[in-house]
Amino acid sequence: MIYREAGDFKTSYAADNQTFPLRGDRLAYYLAVIFALGVVPFFINDYWANAIVIPFLIYTIAALGLNILIGYCGQLSLGTGAFMATGAYAAFKLTTAFPSLNIIFVIILAGVVTAGVGVAFGLPSLRIKGFYLAVATLAAQFFLIWLYTRTPWFFNYSPTGMISMPTRELFGYPVTGASATAVSGYLLCAVFLIASAWLARNLTRGTLGRQWMAIRDMDIAAEIIGVNPLRAKLSAFAVSSFLVGISGALFFTVYLGAAEAGESFGIDKSFLVLFMVIIGGLGSILGSFLGAFLLVVGPVLLKILLVNNLGWPTDVAAHLEIMIIGALIILFLVMEPHGLTALWRTIKEKLRLWPFPH
Amino acid sequence: MPDTLLFAMEAALNGLTAGVMYALVALGFVLIFKASGIFNFSQGVMALFAALTLVGLQTGQIPFSHLINAIFGTRMHHFGWTLPTVVAIAGTVVVMVIFAWAVERFIFRHLVNQEPIILFMATIGLAYFLEGFGDIMWGAEVKRLDVGLPQGMSGPVDDLTFAWFGYGFYMDRLEIWAALIASLLVISLVLFSQYTKQGRALRAVADDHQAALSVGISLRFIWVLVWSLAGIVALVAGMMWGAKSGVQFSLSLIALKALPVLILGGFTSIPGAIVGGLIIGVGEKLFDFFMQPIVGGATENWFAYMLALAFLLFRPQGLFGEKIIERV
Repeated sequence: MIYREAGDFKTSYAADNQTFPLRGDRLAYYLAVIFALGVVPFFINDYWANAIVIPFLIYTIAALGLNILIGYCGQLSLGTGAFMATGAYAAFKLTTAFPSLNIIFVIILAGVVTAGVGVAFGLPSLRIKGFYLAVATLAAQFFLIWLYTRTPWFFNYSPTGMISMPTRELFGYPVTGASATAVSGYLLCAVFLIASAWLARNLTRGTLGRQWMAIRDMDIAAEIIGVNPLRAKLSAFAVSSFLVGISGALFFTVYLGAAEAGESFGIDKSFLVLFMVIIGGLGSILGSFLGAFLLVVGPVLLKILLVNNLGWPTDVAAHLEIMIIGALIILFLVMEPHGLTALWRTIKEKLRLWPFPH
Repeated sequence: MPDTLLFAMEAALNGLTAGVMYALVALGFVLIFKASGIFNFSQGVMALFAALTLVGLQTGQIPFSHLINAIFGTRMHHFGWTLPTVVAIAGTVVVMVIFAWAVERFIFRHLVNQEPIILFMATIGLAYFLEGFGDIMWGAEVKRLDVGLPQGMSGPVDDLTFAWFGYGFYMDRLEIWAALIASLLVISLVLFSQYTKQGRALRAVADDHQAALSVGISLRFIWVLVWSLAGIVALVAGMMWGAKSGVQFSLSLIALKALPVLILGGFTSIPGAIVGGLIIGVGEKLFDFFMQPIVGGATENWFAYMLALAFLLFRPQGLFGEKIIERV
């Protein structure tokens, strides 16, 4: 009743193939974009931006990237943290080497650099599969982080070993560095997220996306029907690392401002993004949004509840938080292995029939 | 004999003992993977949890004291007694068996027939849960674990090598003991799985779940058994590493050191875990020894992974893994 598709007729292939074929979905999407770009910037303040909104946007980009690799192409990767670090360090090197280069190009180029690194570490996927590949991507995680913390060239020989972002302007407004406002950082991340989601959605439903899914479902069968595994797997690694690199670059330039590879992009980042993808739903664009939202907002809410309202010491609260996240993951896998997207699908089904479920 | 060679030999010898410790952790992975197809990421945290429990029981800590203090505003932390090590170890084994039962009952019973990646994710969730649980139960501060193993430089090794080469090798007595205990554990595990009824059932399940079920082996019991065994292996590993460097969060990271050992040796092979552990232990010490002047230190973090990666390119199923046969 509420969510209805009856009466929504299509008269052309283009109309039938659009991303949101239902009018209701389409409207909701346009409203969300207008809300994100037209309403939120007027109300956002520093606390909201830094605690929830900007991390949510950035992690969503990373989750989209990882979802392409794991959810669509079936290649398990645990190196997300290192690829985010690659994006961050590439952005740092580019913007300090070419100070006049526009920050948007810096971030996109950082993504391109990460895509190259991702392809290099994706090469073993042609020989090895499953858990063996997951462990092999851990090699990327440890090696790259070691490289970035041990080679002074990467952090421009700074004595602290940290990289820190200088102020860069976009259309006359500072978007990075100390003088940047919450609004400008938010808008930059939001625009990148919308572009990334658009890219991911359209790639995954085209030829490339179908090749990825064929490889995921059964790689030998896919090879027999003419999918080139080399191209499919490496392109998945490239696109995935590109998005993860962009998120890493944004994470460093907009959110952190100063970073150290081992501290900010350790293996816990890899797991965090992996959790987002799994809890949100493998092989779903919407799932990346939902998973990132839950795992960014959840800990903040818990902390407010335990530390601010109940007055528990922060260390007990932190331990309880890890425990609850772990329990949540297990609970989700037991109750709904296909993630929040599957939950959303069930809700839609119910709404469609409501109020006459039979 | 040139000095460099002597130093390299010393490094290799120390690598061997370190390798035994890696093998010990890898063994826990192999046990569970063979019997249930679950890649148990929480093995390292299990080692940490076992060590925490051991210390807690030994020193008579009150479980959950931090939480109780936070809720009720009390100030308790210890019962005020200490238990003998043997009793504490027995108590920890009981706790690990209860843990194994809970894992089977509340998690994996509901996840039968799910894809391997879902099971893997569940063990990552379990790792997080157990880490938080252990910290809440026993507190997060670094603890000293003393199970009565000797520490310090080994005299006989020093004397013997001095007599042979005119240069005494430095070896920690604790590591020699750890290697001995680990070998004992491996031998008893092999004997258990070869010559007892339960061990046979275990191998049957590892071979083929359905065939094992059809001849009347209880899968649930076997899973609890396997997780208990993995818990005991984790306890031994936690004891050794804990005695060496204190019981703290970094203990759980040994799981990450065991992963390359696994892919080197193959996920399904107990000898593979041991040989893989030794190769990685010696390899990383020697690499660090020879490459330190060139690329700088701290290569242990990634060398094992790179070695395993390079190795996988030539032999995707690991050293002793079963040959992968794929059908459409």
